[in-house]
Amino acid sequence: MPEIAAASVVSDVGQAPLLRIQNVAKSFGKNVVLRNISLEIGQGEFLTILGESGSGKTTLLRIIAGFESTSSGEVWMGGERLDLLPPYRRRVNTVFQQYALFPHMTVEQNVAYGLRVAKTPEPDIVSRVAEALDKVKMSAFARTKPSKISGGQQQRVALARALVNRPRLLLLDEPLSALDANLRRQMQVELKSLQREVGITFVFVTHDQEEAMVMSDRIALLRSGELEQVATPREIYSRPATAYAAQFIGHTNLLRTEVRSGTARCSSLVWTAVVPDGPAVFSLRPENIRVTRTATAGAVQVRGKVIHQAFHGATELIRVECAGGLVLTVRTASAVCEQEEVTLEFFPADAILVHESPGRI
Amino acid sequence: MFSRAYKTAVTAPPLLWVAIFLLLPYALMFCYSFWSVSPAQTIVHSWSLSNYAQLLRVDVYWQTLLRSMWIAARVTCFSLLLGYPLAYFLSFHAGGRKDLLYQLVIIPLWVSYLVRAYAWKTILGSDGVLNTLLQYAHLTRHPVEFLLYSPFAVVLTLTHIYTPFAFLPIYAALEHIPRNLVEASHDLGATPGQTFWKVIFPLSIPGVLAGATFAFVLSLGDFLAPLLLGGPSGIMISNIVVSLFGAAYNWPLGAAISLAMLVLVVSLLFFSERLEKKWSFS
Repeated sequence: MPEIAAASVVSDVGQAPLLRIQNVAKSFGKNVVLRNISLEIGQGEFLTILGESGSGKTTLLRIIAGFESTSSGEVWMGGERLDLLPPYRRRVNTVFQQYALFPHMTVEQNVAYGLRVAKTPEPDIVSRVAEALDKVKMSAFARTKPSKISGGQQQRVALARALVNRPRLLLLDEPLSALDANLRRQMQVELKSLQREVGITFVFVTHDQEEAMVMSDRIALLRSGELEQVATPREIYSRPATAYAAQFIGHTNLLRTEVRSGTARCSSLVWTAVVPDGPAVFSLRPENIRVTRTATAGAVQVRGKVIHQAFHGATELIRVECAGGLVLTVRTASAVCEQEEVTLEFFPADAILVHESPGRI
Repeated sequence: MFSRAYKTAVTAPPLLWVAIFLLLPYALMFCYSFWSVSPAQTIVHSWSLSNYAQLLRVDVYWQTLLRSMWIAARVTCFSLLLGYPLAYFLSFHAGGRKDLLYQLVIIPLWVSYLVRAYAWKTILGSDGVLNTLLQYAHLTRHPVEFLLYSPFAVVLTLTHIYTPFAFLPIYAALEHIPRNLVEASHDLGATPGQTFWKVIFPLSIPGVLAGATFAFVLSLGDFLAPLLLGGPSGIMISNIVVSLFGAAYNWPLGAAISLAMLVLVVSLLFFSERLEKKWSFS
């Protein structure tokens, strides 16, 4: 859906973009990994490239870093054609998935590496390395070898090693995927506040939609080498452009309907929808459906039986089978039991029209 | 997991083999090295250090030992100079031809040592391939004599023979370097040259040490190449040992020299292993 992507890009990039990816495509032999990617990334933005494994997100990152060439298209940073430069001439730094710390150097030497090869004066190196290690709270480990510190600590060192060079753009390739859940949540918050603090543009790659939602200014959702939607987390959640986007980001009910003169019909559900006649897919979030006893004006109501419930702390997700075999997922705070008969209601405005994504789902 | 009887049955034969064919001969050699030969050519079983004293006192012995070490050092040096770039190219730049090139490096190991040594003889001899070529090209009028029967010929041949032994551990070390370290280095602004000297080379040092040890130890003990191509000026310590055990019939002195070499080689292996450990980080 390139046209959707292009439309949402313009809305959020304020000043001149830092990075401009223009019609980039990449194939390895006959295997097409990226097709026609166009994306602009703003100065100081935290952009997440979100996608399943095999969606091409890492390849896109490696093209920006310079480890892969493009098959066609261009990458611009400022007024400079980035994709023609070797990686060591780009003012772009990467935090690698497995951190890639140099095992034969201490933490300090690792962080100093970029400054040393750039022939920075030694006193500057010392003070900047100390500052960077302080920022990631690793000063105490300055003279330790990477193999002697934990994954989370290696992660911080990798971050310091990249940031100490003051890159214009920092790329992060699933940097949190090797951490356990608690540490991961903590690092998400830290990473985000660090990004605010240093003001460097972050391009973050992940397959974890929750992580993307928590951290990003904007999410670029990639699917099978194409951009599905580029928007803020809020926008992509409340106005998903495609059925795939709706399903990938958060839970949703996809209602495949037949619209006839302003009336959408999906099994036993009927509501008014101002869309052209024909088949249409709507996304209805579980929290937009309520379990109710009284009828609310303007709401669509349907009765059904609770067939499954999953406890999620403050709320639970229940699956309700309605007449005609339609199963709806509902997020509710009220206590219901399995096999209970309930009445559900939702407002037609919460059913968002989405494009049917071609291919799998 | 396994029964005691099974463990014994499996480990006993090789242990026995080592005991009979390795430890026992060494023990015998050790004893011989303290004995001596009577004028009537019989072994005198009285204990003394005179053989070891002879090794230090008689010029030809310690000089030949030093020359052997010097030859081995040069062979090591050339093997590394040839083997390292080859291993580096194969590991980082050979792409799809990697396996084929690897096989090509290994194939010479399947050819008999003697064949390769004789091949150099036909190349370097006074009516050999090289001299014929030089004369044909009018670069010399008479055959160049120093090519064959000289330390040069020995170093050349041993380098040819032991370069694959230097190559293999270096190649293995290079293959073990995670490629994302190379990418990280480039990412941090290091040029390919800087990346090589700051990341790739330091991480390949254990392989270089192993390769150097192989080349040095194997060429130090070599006796066929100096025998076939060394001439009088190119003989090595093993040739002396061979003649002491053979024509000279002085087993005690031969045993003493062998044991001295053994101590030398074992301590070398010990130190190179210590160094390798110091330089490995995985």
